[in-house]
Amino acid sequence: MFKQQVCFWWPLLSLLLIAAPLRGQQVSADADQAAPGAPAVEVSQPVAGPQAPVPAGAAQRTSLHDVLFYLFGGIAVLSALGVVFSGNIVRTAVWLFGALASVAVLFFLLLANLLGAIQLIVYVGGVLVLIVFGVMLTSKSPSMRFQPKPAEVIGGCAVCLVLLIGLTAVLLQTDWSAGAVAQEGVFSVAAFGEALLTDYLLPFEVASVLLLATMVGAAYLARPEK
Amino acid sequence: MPLSRITVPWTPKPQPPYGPIASGVAALAKLIYRISGPILSRTAGLIMLAAVGATVLLVWACRLLFDYVDGLMAAPGIELPAGQAAGGALGIAQLVEALEVRSQAGWLAYVLHPFQFSLTRDLIGVVAILGFVSLVAVFAIWWERKVAARIQSRPGPMRVGLWHGWAQSPADGLKLLTKEDLIPADADHILFRLAPYFAFVPAVTAYIALPFATYYVVRDLDVGLLFILALLGVEVLSTIMAGWASNNKWGVYGAMREACQMVSYEIPMGMTLLLPIMCVGTLRLTTVGDVQDGGWFTWLAFKNPFMFIGVWTYFIASLASCKRAPFDLPEAESELVAGFHTEYSGYRWCLFFFAEYAAMFVVCALATILFLGGWHSPLPAGWAPQGAGIGARLVRGLFFSGPIWFTLKCVFLLYVHLWLRWTLPRIRIDQVLYACVQVMLPLAMLTLLGNTVWLLFDHAEYPAFQAVSRVVSFIMGLVGLFLAGGFIVIMAYGWLNRWRLVGTQAQKLLPGS
Repeated sequence: MFKQQVCFWWPLLSLLLIAAPLRGQQVSADADQAAPGAPAVEVSQPVAGPQAPVPAGAAQRTSLHDVLFYLFGGIAVLSALGVVFSGNIVRTAVWLFGALASVAVLFFLLLANLLGAIQLIVYVGGVLVLIVFGVMLTSKSPSMRFQPKPAEVIGGCAVCLVLLIGLTAVLLQTDWSAGAVAQEGVFSVAAFGEALLTDYLLPFEVASVLLLATMVGAAYLARPEK
Repeated sequence: MPLSRITVPWTPKPQPPYGPIASGVAALAKLIYRISGPILSRTAGLIMLAAVGATVLLVWACRLLFDYVDGLMAAPGIELPAGQAAGGALGIAQLVEALEVRSQAGWLAYVLHPFQFSLTRDLIGVVAILGFVSLVAVFAIWWERKVAARIQSRPGPMRVGLWHGWAQSPADGLKLLTKEDLIPADADHILFRLAPYFAFVPAVTAYIALPFATYYVVRDLDVGLLFILALLGVEVLSTIMAGWASNNKWGVYGAMREACQMVSYEIPMGMTLLLPIMCVGTLRLTTVGDVQDGGWFTWLAFKNPFMFIGVWTYFIASLASCKRAPFDLPEAESELVAGFHTEYSGYRWCLFFFAEYAAMFVVCALATILFLGGWHSPLPAGWAPQGAGIGARLVRGLFFSGPIWFTLKCVFLLYVHLWLRWTLPRIRIDQVLYACVQVMLPLAMLTLLGNTVWLLFDHAEYPAFQAVSRVVSFIMGLVGLFLAGGFIVIMAYGWLNRWRLVGTQAQKLLPGS
């Protein structure tokens, strides 16, 4: 009974932990008086930009953000290690969830709300579920363990080494003096969409062609036998 | 016959002797129940009404308090030291001064000081969310049993709490808390324990970005809709984990069905949710809600024919995403015992149910915000009394816009969920997937395309089409009014003929008998 009562505090704590990194519009004092008579927002004009004043207790919040950043960064690294070293296939998927979700929280902490939500939808809700689903449907027993051959280990290490070198090169070249935390509105949905449809149109379209090819392939595989 | 006199063929376990304190507590509880029972049975309905009213007043008081503190912080009316910007948190001494400028008592500063910090407000918001979710789940479970009973011509729970069994769900919760904590020996212990939290935490976290009215939201995110969709998508993982970790064939079957169903129904659901987003042009839920403040005919569901189809598509897809009947295959009790939660009992099982009802409320809330006018009443906001006085604010809150209207609409949609569950039979998994891939998906794509073209021409450059669009939108609104009116008429007919609709047992116990 006591243990279960302690259990009940977990949701509360986790909610607070998740709410703290999120940043939305601040509630303004005279808003209610303006609300009913206020004109409707014009169609297709997204609300963006730094409208909110400096949030209350900004200094205190920053230190809290630092703590949360290192906390979730640590969780991400630990879960990634868990993915590599866990033998059980479903546990690996759960470790992967830890890594992907804490990266999403890091995005929220850096005010990239859109990236965080997309990370959750695409990787956690989509890719991870498909991986688990595929594993459960294909493997003979769900308790199958990884037993990589030496050649596979060497190949994996080589790929990781290339990735590590590439990432380190990018990290060294980035100018960090601009400030690690972005300004509000930089990652706004409107700016993102505009960039996708103007400067980055070609990669966007190429990706959509790839997805179309995948869909055609899936439909071909799933067609009824004649 | 007293229990001690029953002879059993096995050696009975010795009962632990109850100490004086335990016996005293039990006697006291019994006494309280004996005294309060008859009073409660007569006044339970009133007490529940009063509790709802008190909750509404408490929320409003919090709102007024936050507003007052915000006003103090924005314009303290005192000289601030050079380094301190206006709008930041004030010290105790500064608060006392600011209150004295407003001729208020100085000691209030000690009360108001913590409310300046977002952490305090977050704590209040999170506690309010958890309380609300618990209340919704407890209420909805009792309500579901009553609705099921009425549909099946029986009275439903009538005894616990004496007034229409109102205390049945709290009593069940108490029972579940004290049940033995069972974990199958061959289960994956860690994942088995973790799975209920993976269901509960995302479902409740979605409420952080869910606006109950324009300013009644913990975090007004610019990607609110995406955030809520993402969290609802995470929930499927918990079902897979629970089914797999219990090491039970029924569990794994339930989990696989759930994965199939969720992955396929997410697509039409997401596509339909794009329709109102295209009309308004933002993912911020408060903005989407406030666009529809012009009364019944400006609700986005009636904007054009494609939006009107979209409401129904979304509602069916949301039923599937909450694992509600006719899509409750993951826990199909006639085939799979209880599906993915076969091996669960006690508190963990309780968490799964809380998560299910929390998610149901969230999908209903999304339908309300995106299609059905959000927190605005069917009356146009232009008719509302202006002014900042308490009276005007009260009238606006009760009759024009506010969390009360939002909650009422969501509870109505929740009722439709219950209604469908006890009316429609469960469909097979191949029928579920057929309905998604061959009916819902093409329909969602067509509405998406149609809505795009409609919005392209519904523009000031094409006055003729715009006029047609207004007429069509008005007709859609009339159709909606007709449906709502029909619902009310049928409800009244059912109420007037309730004696014919139910069995003899229920007739004795129906309200008004």
